[in-house]
Amino acid sequence: MSYISKPKVAHPGIPRNKLGLTVRDYEGVISTLCAGCGHDSVTAAIVQAVFELNVEPHMLAKMSGIGCSSKTPAYFVSQSHGFNSVHGRMPSVTTGANAANRKLTYIGVSGDGDSLSIGAGQFVHAIRRNLNMCYIIENNGVYGLTKGQFSASADIGSKPKKGLPNQQEPIDPVSTALSLGATYIARSFSGDKEQLVPLIQGALSHDGFALVDVISPCVTFNDHEGSTKSYAHTREFYHHVVDADYIAPAEEIKTQYDKGAAMPVELHDGSKIILRKIDDEYDPTSRAAAFKYLRERFNAGEIITGLLYIDDSRKEMHDLMGNIDTPLAQYPLEKLHPGKAELKKILARYR
Amino acid sequence: MRKTKRRTIRLGKRQRHSKDGNVGSVNDLVIKIATVNGTGSASANGLLMKSIFRMGIPVVGKNYFPSNIQGLPTWYEIRVTGDGYQARADRVDLMIAMNAQTYARDLADVAPGGWLIYDSTWPRSNLLDRDDVTVLGIPLSKMCNENFDGARARILMKNIAYVGAVAALLEIDLDTITTLLEETFASKPHLVDSNMKAIRLGHDYATENFVCPLPKKVAPLDKTKGHIVIDGNTAAGLGCMYAGATVGAWYPITPSTSLMDAFRSFCQKYREDDETGKRTYCIIQAEDELAAIGMVLGATWNGARAFTPTSGPGISLMSEFIGFAYYAELPAVIFNVQRCGPSTGMPTRTQQSDILSCAYASHGDTKHVLLFPNDPGECFTMAQDAFDLAERLQTPVMMLSDLDIGMNDWMVPDFDIDENKAPDRGKVLGAAELEEMENFYRYLDVDGDGIPYRTLPGTHPKGSYFTRGSGHSKYGGYTEDGDEYQEVVDRLLVKWETARSLVPEPEIRYSKFNKAAILSVGGSDGACKEALDRLEAEKVALNYCRVRAFPFSDAVREFIANHDVVYVVEQNRDAQLRTLLMLDSEADPAKLVPLLHYNGMPLNAGFVVKRVLEERAKGQAA
Repeated sequence: MSYISKPKVAHPGIPRNKLGLTVRDYEGVISTLCAGCGHDSVTAAIVQAVFELNVEPHMLAKMSGIGCSSKTPAYFVSQSHGFNSVHGRMPSVTTGANAANRKLTYIGVSGDGDSLSIGAGQFVHAIRRNLNMCYIIENNGVYGLTKGQFSASADIGSKPKKGLPNQQEPIDPVSTALSLGATYIARSFSGDKEQLVPLIQGALSHDGFALVDVISPCVTFNDHEGSTKSYAHTREFYHHVVDADYIAPAEEIKTQYDKGAAMPVELHDGSKIILRKIDDEYDPTSRAAAFKYLRERFNAGEIITGLLYIDDSRKEMHDLMGNIDTPLAQYPLEKLHPGKAELKKILARYR
Repeated sequence: MRKTKRRTIRLGKRQRHSKDGNVGSVNDLVIKIATVNGTGSASANGLLMKSIFRMGIPVVGKNYFPSNIQGLPTWYEIRVTGDGYQARADRVDLMIAMNAQTYARDLADVAPGGWLIYDSTWPRSNLLDRDDVTVLGIPLSKMCNENFDGARARILMKNIAYVGAVAALLEIDLDTITTLLEETFASKPHLVDSNMKAIRLGHDYATENFVCPLPKKVAPLDKTKGHIVIDGNTAAGLGCMYAGATVGAWYPITPSTSLMDAFRSFCQKYREDDETGKRTYCIIQAEDELAAIGMVLGATWNGARAFTPTSGPGISLMSEFIGFAYYAELPAVIFNVQRCGPSTGMPTRTQQSDILSCAYASHGDTKHVLLFPNDPGECFTMAQDAFDLAERLQTPVMMLSDLDIGMNDWMVPDFDIDENKAPDRGKVLGAAELEEMENFYRYLDVDGDGIPYRTLPGTHPKGSYFTRGSGHSKYGGYTEDGDEYQEVVDRLLVKWETARSLVPEPEIRYSKFNKAAILSVGGSDGACKEALDRLEAEKVALNYCRVRAFPFSDAVREFIANHDVVYVVEQNRDAQLRTLLMLDSEADPAKLVPLLHYNGMPLNAGFVVKRVLEERAKGQAA
């Protein structure tokens, strides 16, 4: 991991957001990942997404587990707190953090090993609770830090650099999330920033669990011929099915959309997502239809991307429990117990 | 005597009320009730115990239950102890043998000269073959079948009926029982009537057929005023509520589950925001213990007081995160209600066998602050201490109680809180302080006590840092530099010494000047104190030390140094406390004599007395 800070010299003409910050203010330390790593592109997309969203850096919490992907929170928004936890356990830490302070914006960065193998249990239970967070999986089909073993997302027939092709059924985070009832499910490609940035913005604004599965090739261990998670393979077989434009609260919709193709979805914070269906058949509000479509295209070897499912009506964790809006960590301690006189009354039950 | 003769003849046995070896006494007896679990006997046994307590007589309740929901043997033991001892007794005077499956064993348990009540609806004279025990048959099922409708009511009322019989035999005040039933069923008066009917059935039968009271009986005292009867898990749950814990994450596991149940019920009553009516607490039932501790750490990282209750297997699963919290310096409060290990072990039996696994939980060089309550009273106070210490020291604090303390009913002095004492939130920098600072670095030892300053997310951009379990320098940055790494882990040792000065001091009793002592921990305390009295009566006066926390304070080290022989009494096979004393206080192993009890039953004084005398005899022989 890097400990080299980037110099903060901003060009006088550089654009500033509503907080007066430049995109440079949302950067982190210099990445130590391999040159050309897909994860660095995802980092760049996150930086742009939060810059444009006018997120106050100290109100963002960056969560991760262990692995190449989990290192990346050090590479964006240095002025945010980060929690680099243990392998596969980012979801539980984020659950507790959110329980204590629901006012922060939570972005979790995980990988296919971190979320689909060691952390599969925590991944599915965060979805089940509809934890309010943006959960990014940087999905490359291999374990990078331990030098190239297959992960649980490796496709059948995908070839490793050395050894035999994978024969086990892959775990697809998107269809897993669909079956578990996740309320915002997207897939993208690290090489497609134009598609990825608004998907992350929508995920950050969505009130509930938002998954963004990003195919993010590993240039060192899984970018060769025969790999189904390489840049070349992804570019050849991926298809946009529903694109999304993010429109901030109170902002005008400037782009012209063809009637029928565009579908606006209003989020809890007043922002909007305009869904643009590339394939007219696709219905991103029907779980069953989405599942069927995804399986069919998966069987045909296609990688389907876009905002694949959205349901902004379900309550997130705190609202399901009926918890107070004030962050629990900030609730005055003296108001959290009924005092000495009441203690006497409580004890009367035990005489 | 005359009245029983009739029944004696029917049983074909000679039966008297006071057999050889039994001396009459007042307020010193043990009742044991053998039933099948799932038959609703718990409320009857509670009623019996509470009635005696309400008469001003100290009581001890022990529940020996199976890891099962319905159909297996279970026992409840009530010790009436006018002297106010806290431990399990080592004899049974009156056995209520309601479980045919365990008759033989239950009969064998009765002390010579004792009594056994059984349901004579189905006579079992062949099983009741002991000359030194008086058998009292009561047709409980028959009476209840004649007087109550419905299978469930008949089973439940059979339990209440034996309470009535015992009340007659021991002279327990019927008015007290009535009052208790009225309180219990305040909203369902018809249940008071049916329960009292069952009480009278048992009471009348005993009065008519046996000479009441028995030579061993109860009589009103004035020793329970200012006391309550409560279990340690409820006390700890209440302590968490009073400590201001807002986030509780857990995975169900015996014997800790009732701690979260208690916290939840207190929160439901006292944790609604006045204005919005919304909850000011968040209890999350996690998918496993790995997640439960992860949630606690996320919450404390964000500044909430958070905790998780668990037992041994849970600690094993949490260990990786406990090491993370130690190294990244995050507060956490963990309640380990210990049970009988290893592995699944005996989940409904007690032990103190997680002392070492908690003290050094996780890989690498780690050590953790432990608190050892001796009864529910300390569960209440130490639960609160645990949050203060965890936030002050920015480290996990584990309170180690056990099944005996956590799930059994103990008579303890009323709990109290000091409203003038502010909770210790530790070194947390606010927005104004951060604004003033040039730079904030997370792991600097600014004050020389080994405790750095921390910041909470959402406070100020200058407070940001990257919390990590990977190697870091005192500035918080990632490092693989040996010197930078070592500087931080050495500073953690400075913090460890600060912890030593902050944890609760041991309880020490010097009876008189001598060089031999007992040292114990947690739930072994009651039996040890009773043993000290008994040994003194046999002219063996010993000093006493009960450790209340790890790391051990200087007082513990001095106590050991001041003695030639220290009997270390604990409830595990491997002398874990003794090992810890050797590791952390440089005590001479030769003078630490292990006295180990680990069959899963709570320790009793008889065992301690016997073992001390054996060891002394060995010492004198040598």
